[in-house]
Amino acid sequence: MREIGDVILDLRGISLSFGGVKALTDISFDVREHEVRAIIGPNGAGKSSMLNVINGVYRPQQGEVILRGDHFKRMDPYRAAKAGIARTFQSLALFKGMSVIDNIMTGRNLKMKANLFQQAVWWGMAAREELAHRAKVEEIIDFLEIQHIRKTPVGRLPYGLQKRVDLGRALAMEPQILLLDEPMAGMNVEEKQDMSRFILDVNDQFGTTIVLIEHDMGVVMDLSDRVVVLDYGRKIGDGSPDEVRTNPEVIKAYLGASH
Amino acid sequence: MAFFLETLIGGLMAGMLYSLVALGFVLIYKASGVFNFAQGALVLFAALAMARFSEWLPGWTGIDSPILANIGAFVLAGLVMFAVAWIIERLVLRHLVNQEGATLLMVTLGIAYLLEGIGQGFFGNDIYKIDVGMPKEPVMVLENMFEGGILINKEDFIAALIAALLVGALTLFFQKTATGRALRAVADDHQAAQSIGIPLNRIWVIIWLVAGLVALVAGIIWGSKLGVQFSLATVALRALPVVILGGLTSVPGAIVGGLIIGVGEKLSEVYLGPYVGGGIEIWFAYMLALVFLLFRPQGLFGEKIIDRV
Ligand SMILES: Nc1ncnc2c1ncn2[C@@H]1O[C@H](COP(=O)(O)OP(=O)(O)OP(=O)(O)O)[C@@H](O)[C@H]1O
Ligand SMILES: [Mg+2]
Repeated sequence: MREIGDVILDLRGISLSFGGVKALTDISFDVREHEVRAIIGPNGAGKSSMLNVINGVYRPQQGEVILRGDHFKRMDPYRAAKAGIARTFQSLALFKGMSVIDNIMTGRNLKMKANLFQQAVWWGMAAREELAHRAKVEEIIDFLEIQHIRKTPVGRLPYGLQKRVDLGRALAMEPQILLLDEPMAGMNVEEKQDMSRFILDVNDQFGTTIVLIEHDMGVVMDLSDRVVVLDYGRKIGDGSPDEVRTNPEVIKAYLGASH
Repeated sequence: MAFFLETLIGGLMAGMLYSLVALGFVLIYKASGVFNFAQGALVLFAALAMARFSEWLPGWTGIDSPILANIGAFVLAGLVMFAVAWIIERLVLRHLVNQEGATLLMVTLGIAYLLEGIGQGFFGNDIYKIDVGMPKEPVMVLENMFEGGILINKEDFIAALIAALLVGALTLFFQKTATGRALRAVADDHQAAQSIGIPLNRIWVIIWLVAGLVALVAGIIWGSKLGVQFSLATVALRALPVVILGGLTSVPGAIVGGLIIGVGEKLSEVYLGPYVGGGIEIWFAYMLALVFLLFRPQGLFGEKIIDRV
């Protein structure tokens, strides 16, 4: 079974604003290896912004991201991917024109070694590589139980299945850290249960460290080891699910929030 | 009947070339969301490089076989197009990530002027010849099916064949290789593509290289027909109606659109031309494109444009 390890990802004094809007104000927290770390908070609290800072989609005005001891003042998504960080998106960002299998195959991109010329003429290495990666992708497809839609263009899939493909594409990267932005939003109870099971299995079987944004408190309490609570871009709570649940400031934020 | 077929085939062959150039537009548009006004300048630049290198090579190296000189010139011109793609990415595109579409459009206009200026400064601004041994004389085919047979222009036929092969090869490349998949991914969603570790910079170089190679082939074909001169830069604009018709985001659209316009031009010239006083070939494509813009702005195959409310 998994055993929670040392700090793998450390966020220090992150402040991010868009023009006049302060999305994040001096946020610090850490993520330990193999844990499931949740980020919660009312709408507009800055949760997605936080995830975007971690993988470098947004560049904070202040603070730094420390990944396995390496300090990044400016992360960028490509470097983050190379460093083993994968993510899913709150508003789906799948490649709509492509099939499920092709979408997931793109997640293997960094692991492919054949050069452009070899690919262009489909030489041995490129072909062998393609097959090996294809096998890996089929494993993921089995794992996520989406065999029946392998060849379907993702644009035609219902929302819940698209969310699963999004997870599949991230898993194809075999990441060490997986950032999930509301993977269960808009799902019914059954779909949520499936998704929770996948997340726990990933964490359990591959030891993947998971940073999870989720609105459903039941899910958060079930899945996560530790929880960070944001409100209006500030951190108002941090600790085990039980600690956070009984934190008066957190209760106030949630009762006061209009949702 | 034979005459109709002859016109039709002529139109299809001309259309294939339009498709090829339109493909250059579509590729860049898909990958970076920018309408590349420099496509015509790329054609001119590539054709100039090809014409001058094939002229200079024998002097530089002592090669006296025209075939070898042409092959050498083609390789050199290809390398030049690679350098152009690399420089454009390095000096321009890289600094403009996430800019407005209008900004990028202006930038490609700037690139067009620069390419035209530098191309002519470097390679000269005369009229040059490209002679890759395209056969000039027409042939008769299907003589036993139709009286008098069908007259086919061999040069156009070979040009269309080359264009078709290139389009086919590119389609395969996009559908079947890892890089092709990455290119499609970038075309669909920049941010997601980057987040899974697809390097945008490299993809842009590849896209502009492909656009450059397409321009090179188009430049050679047109150049050997019309001579290499400044007006080549505007020839590419004849593919503009094609992308409007086919849809800026669709590769099959570029191909079908090119064929429709090629055929439409020739047929309308022959069958409508006499009634409207000729010259119809020049404006027919634009008119067709305009009609399309009114009724189906996304083109035949383009994605539906839905504005968020
Ligand atoms: N790209 C952006 N440009 C401008 N403002 C932004 C941008 N991204 C986020 N914001 C602002 O930053 C604040 C935090 O947004 P964020 O999306 O991080 O919240 P969230 O906690 O993920 O909310 P939700 O639960 O609705 O997803 C909001 O006020 C939002 O409007
Ligand atoms: Mg969010």
